[in-house]
Amino acid sequence: MATTPNTSIPAAKGAQGFVYLPLIVGWLVPGAGHLLLGKWVRGLLLAASILGMFAIGLAMGGKVYAHAGDILDMLGLVGDLGNGVLYFASRTLGLGADSIQVTTADYGTRFIVVAGLLNVIAAVDAHNLRTGRKPL
Amino acid sequence: MFTPSHFTALSLFALFASVVFGITMRETPARMARYAAYCFVLFVGSAVLLSWAMYFIAR
Repeated sequence: MATTPNTSIPAAKGAQGFVYLPLIVGWLVPGAGHLLLGKWVRGLLLAASILGMFAIGLAMGGKVYAHAGDILDMLGLVGDLGNGVLYFASRTLGLGADSIQVTTADYGTRFIVVAGLLNVIAAVDAHNLRTGRKPL
Repeated sequence: MFTPSHFTALSLFALFASVVFGITMRETPARMARYAAYCFVLFVGSAVLLSWAMYFIAR
């Protein structure tokens, strides 16, 4: 039996262009996926939260993972990569500690990793708004 | 280097994570705000409860 496309979803009805754009832009720049969809308040709040968490993590002397030596480093690296441009900029500028010296720096490392994970959640949310899975 | 107390670090973490959870997990602004507040209270409340539990266990 032939299936008909779901045209009842408002966002999907007028969907044109590259559907994954908010996902990719949202991953690269925190909050930008929502800003792209015209969700200004949500986008700015997400950007402030994720940028704030990342910046505080760096200020606390947190480590930015550069390579995956063991399984824990690999998980940390995956989390850090979620920060998109922030991760690559911090690596390029040499921000972040190479090793953990104090307890606060360990917290900072977790802040940076969790900022990346939250950014992935935000980017997926932007994608869901774009496809109509979540109402605009 | 920024060296906050444990509680300040916890509160900042809870605040940022709760905002993102609220926006991404609910659909309307009112429900987003309520869910964010709920997550924040759970983050901080559970940490305070566990801290007191560890305090008495250590005695």
